[in-house]
Amino acid sequence: MEEVLRLVVERYNYWIYITLMMIGLYALIAKNNLVKKIVGMNIFQTAVILFYVSIGVKKGATIPIIEHNYDMAHQAIRAADYVNPLPHVLMLTAIVVSVATLGVALAITIMVYHRYLTLEEDEILKQIRES
Amino acid sequence: MIWQLDLLILILVVLCGIGAIMIRDLLGTAILFGAYSFMMCLLWAIMGAVDVAFTEASVGAGVSTVFFVATVYHTTRRTKD
Repeated sequence: MEEVLRLVVERYNYWIYITLMMIGLYALIAKNNLVKKIVGMNIFQTAVILFYVSIGVKKGATIPIIEHNYDMAHQAIRAADYVNPLPHVLMLTAIVVSVATLGVALAITIMVYHRYLTLEEDEILKQIRES
Repeated sequence: MIWQLDLLILILVVLCGIGAIMIRDLLGTAILFGAYSFMMCLLWAIMGAVDVAFTEASVGAGVSTVFFVATVYHTTRRTKD
């Protein structure tokens, strides 16, 4: 029991990431408004990106920029002193892609509004069934 | 990484996320989502990912908020849930 409790408290950040992910999934499935669905999709994406970036964190490490002084240039670089930069670079691409998908989704939302004059999903479905 | 600051900002992120999908006004959703993105940017600066942090601050908190406000301007503010 104590082991499980320690695991929960020590890894608090992972539980909060899962909470964020579930908030996004709830908005994506249960919300009726199209803009709120898009907000839910973005929350889900940022939760996944947050999880990936948190993998690269090390205790007592600094940001991944090598210190260059006149006499330190020929010293060996210790990888344990720097945060792992590989997840950062991958997630940088993911952020840019998420903004592109957001732009396309919002453009489609504006088109849907101009055609059906509502943003609620059930009213749009009713109009489609009636026509 | 300071864990007290980390936990505080994580809780603020969750509150902003819940507020963004619960509020009954789409302009409020846009503003709370901007706050959410900015908290996320602070979180990445704490984790040592400064490049991701400034990309999020310019692209996530800046351009996304402008997109949402433009969408609300072109459509409607009203929402049922």
